[in-house]
Amino acid sequence: MAMVREPNSNSRNARVPRGVRVKGRGGVKTYDIIVIGAGHNGLTAAAYLARAGLDVVVLERNPYIGGATVSRELHPGFTYSNCSYVSSLMRPEIMRELELSKYGLQIIPYEGGVTMTRDGGYLASYNDHDMNRREIARHSARDAEAYDRFAIETARQCRFIKPYLMQTPPDPASFKWRDLKGMMDLGRAFYDLGEEAMYDTLRFWTMSCTDFLDQYFETEVVKAHKAGSSIIGTALGPSSPGSAYVLLHHYMGEVDGNIGAWGFARGGMGAISSALAQAFQAAGGEIRTDAGVAQVMVKGGKAVGVALEDGTEVRGRRVVSNMDVKRTFLKTVDPKDLPEDFLRQVRNFKIRGSSGKLNIALDGLPDFPSIPKDCPARQGDLHITDSIETMERAYDDWKDGMWSREPYLDMMIPTQLDPTMAPPGKHYMSVFVQYVPPKLADGPWTPEKRDAFGQTVIDAIAEYSPNFKDLILHVEVRTPKELEDEVGLTEGNIFQGELTLDQLMFNRPIPGYAQYRSPIRGLYMCGSSCHPGGGVMGAPGANAAREILLDVGGWR
Amino acid sequence: MTGRKDVIVVGGGHNGLVCAAYLARAGRRVLVLERNPQIGGAAVNKEIAPGFTVPACAHILHHLHPRVISELNLAGHGLSLAAKNLATIALGRDGRHLVLRGGEATPSLKDLSPADAAALPGFHARMSRFAEVLRPLLTEAPPRLHGMNRGDQWTLAKLAWRLRRLGRVEFREFLRVAAMNAADILEESFESDLLKGALAFDAVLGTSFGPRSPGSVFTLLYRLAGQVEGRSAALALPRGGMGAAVEAIAAAARAQGAEIRTEARVARILVEDDRAAGVELESGERIAAGTVVSNADPKATFLSLLGAEHLDTGFVRRITNLRMNGMAAKLHLVLDGLPSVPGLSAAELGERLVIAPGIDQLERAFNHTKYGEYSESPAMEVTIPSIVDPSLAPEGRHVLSAVVIYAPYHLKQGWEAARDTFAELAIDTLAAYAPDLPERIVARELVTPADLERDYGMTGGHWHHGDLALDQMLMLRPVPGASQYAAPLPGLYLCGAGSHPGGGIMGAAGFNAARRILGDGAA
Amino acid sequence: MTAAPYKQPLLETPLHARTAPLCLTGDWAHWAGYLTVNSYRTVEQEYFAIRNAATLFDLSPMRKYRIAGPDAERYLNRLLTRDVGKLKPGRVGYAVWCDDQGKVLDDGTVFRFGPEEFHVYSQERHLNWFLDSALGFDVTVTDVSEDIAAIALQGPQSFSVLQALGLTGCAALKPFDMAEFTIDGLAVTLSRTGFTGDLGYEIWTESTHAVALWDRLMAAGADHGILAVGSAALDLARIEAGFPVANVDFIAAEQALRATRRRSPLELGLGWMVDFEKGHFNGRRALLAERGRAAGYRLVGLDVAGNKPARDALIYHGRDTVAGFVTSAMWSPTCKRNIALATLKRPFETGNQALWAEIYVKKEGKWEKVVAPCRIVERPFFNPPRRRATPPLAY
Repeated sequence: MAMVREPNSNSRNARVPRGVRVKGRGGVKTYDIIVIGAGHNGLTAAAYLARAGLDVVVLERNPYIGGATVSRELHPGFTYSNCSYVSSLMRPEIMRELELSKYGLQIIPYEGGVTMTRDGGYLASYNDHDMNRREIARHSARDAEAYDRFAIETARQCRFIKPYLMQTPPDPASFKWRDLKGMMDLGRAFYDLGEEAMYDTLRFWTMSCTDFLDQYFETEVVKAHKAGSSIIGTALGPSSPGSAYVLLHHYMGEVDGNIGAWGFARGGMGAISSALAQAFQAAGGEIRTDAGVAQVMVKGGKAVGVALEDGTEVRGRRVVSNMDVKRTFLKTVDPKDLPEDFLRQVRNFKIRGSSGKLNIALDGLPDFPSIPKDCPARQGDLHITDSIETMERAYDDWKDGMWSREPYLDMMIPTQLDPTMAPPGKHYMSVFVQYVPPKLADGPWTPEKRDAFGQTVIDAIAEYSPNFKDLILHVEVRTPKELEDEVGLTEGNIFQGELTLDQLMFNRPIPGYAQYRSPIRGLYMCGSSCHPGGGVMGAPGANAAREILLDVGGWR
Repeated sequence: MTGRKDVIVVGGGHNGLVCAAYLARAGRRVLVLERNPQIGGAAVNKEIAPGFTVPACAHILHHLHPRVISELNLAGHGLSLAAKNLATIALGRDGRHLVLRGGEATPSLKDLSPADAAALPGFHARMSRFAEVLRPLLTEAPPRLHGMNRGDQWTLAKLAWRLRRLGRVEFREFLRVAAMNAADILEESFESDLLKGALAFDAVLGTSFGPRSPGSVFTLLYRLAGQVEGRSAALALPRGGMGAAVEAIAAAARAQGAEIRTEARVARILVEDDRAAGVELESGERIAAGTVVSNADPKATFLSLLGAEHLDTGFVRRITNLRMNGMAAKLHLVLDGLPSVPGLSAAELGERLVIAPGIDQLERAFNHTKYGEYSESPAMEVTIPSIVDPSLAPEGRHVLSAVVIYAPYHLKQGWEAARDTFAELAIDTLAAYAPDLPERIVARELVTPADLERDYGMTGGHWHHGDLALDQMLMLRPVPGASQYAAPLPGLYLCGAGSHPGGGIMGAAGFNAARRILGDGAA
Repeated sequence: MTAAPYKQPLLETPLHARTAPLCLTGDWAHWAGYLTVNSYRTVEQEYFAIRNAATLFDLSPMRKYRIAGPDAERYLNRLLTRDVGKLKPGRVGYAVWCDDQGKVLDDGTVFRFGPEEFHVYSQERHLNWFLDSALGFDVTVTDVSEDIAAIALQGPQSFSVLQALGLTGCAALKPFDMAEFTIDGLAVTLSRTGFTGDLGYEIWTESTHAVALWDRLMAAGADHGILAVGSAALDLARIEAGFPVANVDFIAAEQALRATRRRSPLELGLGWMVDFEKGHFNGRRALLAERGRAAGYRLVGLDVAGNKPARDALIYHGRDTVAGFVTSAMWSPTCKRNIALATLKRPFETGNQALWAEIYVKKEGKWEKVVAPCRIVERPFFNPPRRRATPPLAY
């Protein structure tokens, strides 16, 4: 396993939270459901299925659960949310239905964020609309009022899209009643927006973030601050058409009904998978770690179980894959069990990774002289990219097979709010980096290149934080390669597939297979490759579970 | 006041002329007012040196709608093609060039990549099928989505039917592909850089996007929807240059009784009782009319000619936000003899030559536009029309007309400072393939987007009067509230490339506008 | 430049130094990002001061825009539904402005200072809309909200207070007149306008003079029972006056998430403010089309039986048909009526309909439902002759 690279990590001190039972390898029995992968969507699907009375086993190849939703102790005393690092998108209905708070999950909202500017100034954002507006007014009175309109427009788009997050996308090419009805309902909801908003919605879905922002704002730093959400995890620049939607994808979340707010999971993102696992186990489910699946076994066109990497077979009536669609069908299923057309489409699925990550243990709180010491937005996301042009140039580097020389950074120090993640007085910093290519133009990733990439990021931060370098105790550098090797995400794409119009809704992941089923009977998909896509949302898992229960109930 | 007309068409571009011809054919008294001495808008000829004629802007005819050609009997009015089915030749640096004719697996393609030669016909067939779904839309007003009338419902129903008729698999594929970027779909299908570069070039020409910008497949489909004499996406050169093609349309309009005045620059559109009532010329002359049709671009029409005061603020906001910054320059060369391109015969020099060696180069060329820079290695579409049409240059000598991308309207240093360096860059790019070209140049001219704006009144120097992008197409073109040719002001209509289906010498916008005007019973 | 918002989440008005010590209840409200007083001591006392004596209300958080230039009148005629050409210098007009669909963005007052200079005062922010509307006009639009402070002096004795300050000239001011005065050396603009439906004035001055002006008014009003009033008392007065408030009685169109929530001036009963004859204005074409149809909704005044304020009540026609909903309601101490502003759907918006208000009342911790008959009545509910008398009566 790729984990051995980290001197401090092994399966012992990887955090298996209290209350999670990890079973050894079991004997021969036939499960109702086998879930491949204990990512948050796999666990969500598993929990729903187990609560419906099915006998479910989750197989995880790593010694720890969570996939990319983990808390890892990679430096003694420090807990890293070393992949995903903040929570907003996790659907509240899932948290409620699976009683996640009972299993220890707490989401603590944080106060906005800050973009530091080259000239030593800053633009903060806050959760309160009026404070936000007045903050923008420090830069432009006109933009401050445009923010009122901007907020309404994005809220309008969120309101339109939100009901579909927890629905199975209808198939527009089908004549089945549920699909026809689904399309009609979609049409009706669209129609109800009213004429102007209908056109605005069509435009919103097809335009670039830059063009969208240009309709409202004139100040570069305001645009840059807003545009960050349009590129995170995306193989697009802010000026690429379709990036306005990605902006929305990051605004759809909420913390307790506060739309667009983001929060930390207390104890790190692993708290979410831990709570899901406990909810699953409380319903009688079984989790096996160190149980990598080598192949899905298919008999007579039907999935009948899986073969593990060690040769063991696990039998099940249905198999649900939490892996991305490429890994599932190109690496884990025998191609002869799949139609050629489907395989071609899977090969053509776009899943270019574009992000990297640094997880840093700090001896103290780094100083950012641009931001006033008492500004609460310090506790949120911090950025040093103050223009769209910088973002576009960063994207150009990615297109040319380089990591961005001036990357977009999303920095967080969750230990300012969450005392459980680092020893007193010390801090954990998560630095998300855009853009980092999965394949470099000058050959494969090597540890040297990885470290050089990490150094680029550290140097960039140090320009805005004079004491930053001195505080560093330990750094974990993650490129798309690490993400692929450790978590199994193809090309290290954090969303298990790019969020472009050709891969959303009924096109996600493959047109005709957007309803969580695959060409193989009894084999399902529940990962972020499926609608509504990535982020720690749980919706693909919950939707897949609902579809599976329809099949189990004999509806199909 | 000059004598009252039924309809005044502001601007004698090809769409304005088509619109005028149809309205005159329906018995309306029509007056076309063109500000330049020459009719045709940007589709005109230009004598860049005595005896040497080049098409001033558009130089290849691939879109002129067959319905317009036959209904207006353009052939009878002098439209004649010097070349009907130009091949596209993608120039390779190593002298191995790729000849493309639609979806044919040409010998040069087989030579370059047998796999691509096998894949191209299928790819082309599928894209053409998709284009066929869109083709009827070219001559329909884009439907309103709310408060639809029967016509809108019928248009949508027909579109749905055409989509369904693709069959389930292809319908799904259409929905996936339509919003994709050209690079992705080309990389899915082909391996040769030259082929991908040439096809990607078609996808981005006339837009402000690169091949990796989502939506660029749609512009490719759109291009394929054009037809020349029944062949889709065929390329033709009108005899006598593009100006001659437009002269044919003008002649057709005159034959129907339309009056055309040149050097008649409209200063503003007159409004009475919240209705368009005529125009005032820069000379101060006022001409009354029941209906005013603008062939000018939407920004010029609404903000300069009409004035925001007659419009609602929200609509004005939409017009202001319309993206219409040109990205293409024209390079015109007078040559004292044919240049030689190693690997090409003299006859092949008369085809459409494309310099776009690959997707990555094209994307890098595009990258510059984001920062107000011109491309350091531009991509080009080159024709030497005098090879097939000797009327354009004295014997033995030639004119070369090339579209050069990317040359953004907003250039950091301004075009006056950059004109020569960019022209030389373009010539150097050509010389890489035709080493003797520089010494054959007798005269040269670079037409930048800034020049197009100044000479033809196109805001931003954009040939399409607005970017062709998914968020500015169909019912979103030019902006919601004016997408069915009728402006918010009663009696005012749009008929230019800013309206659906956009630019290129197509005439569809003019045709659709005329139909809408007649349908409204206006004029 | 104000402090960074994290240091001071809410702004203080120029009168904060005076209002804060008077706010004995600590009952503050948020208004447009400002900290303002909801009630100083008791709402009842403040309300009766409005109807019986003289009151001061800190109006400063109002948004104030200066419109000036050769095209100012043309500009405003395109922006507003009324004909500004009919507004003479020295006059004030109530106005609404609409979006393209003819839906109301907000209402406000327009002050004409001269042939080419106006001020527009409104509750919501509109700088973007006003600036975007200026394209093609030779006009400058300036947000002067921070520069100008405003005090509403309202109540039957308000004229007497001004007399006590020596402003004899104000006797000639008719309703909606305005004029420039000097109060002890402070230049002020005085308008006979207000939100109470009673005799009253609004006084506009440079922010730096606000405190001095307040002190003069308080001193001059001492003999007239002058009292500072908060927004709770003012709200009661404005309901009696029948004034709708943006984002209470209707949604400002730009802020509506749902297209169907927006209302046209015709639907708000403000059709009299729409001048179709003056030429083009924002929303005119949509309103012309709407005029041909029956309105979908209408904002009406209701008289509700009983004495339980019908706050947030649904209005029924018959047993099950929801005919509309109440947006503002109160027991009117002056009229001794139970009154409400409500939005009713067609066809329930006119005439003598059998309407019922479903009111929930908490009685000693227990909620009870009261179904009270109600009927559509004329607004304003309270409209005393002293409101219009010129010169006003001195008390």
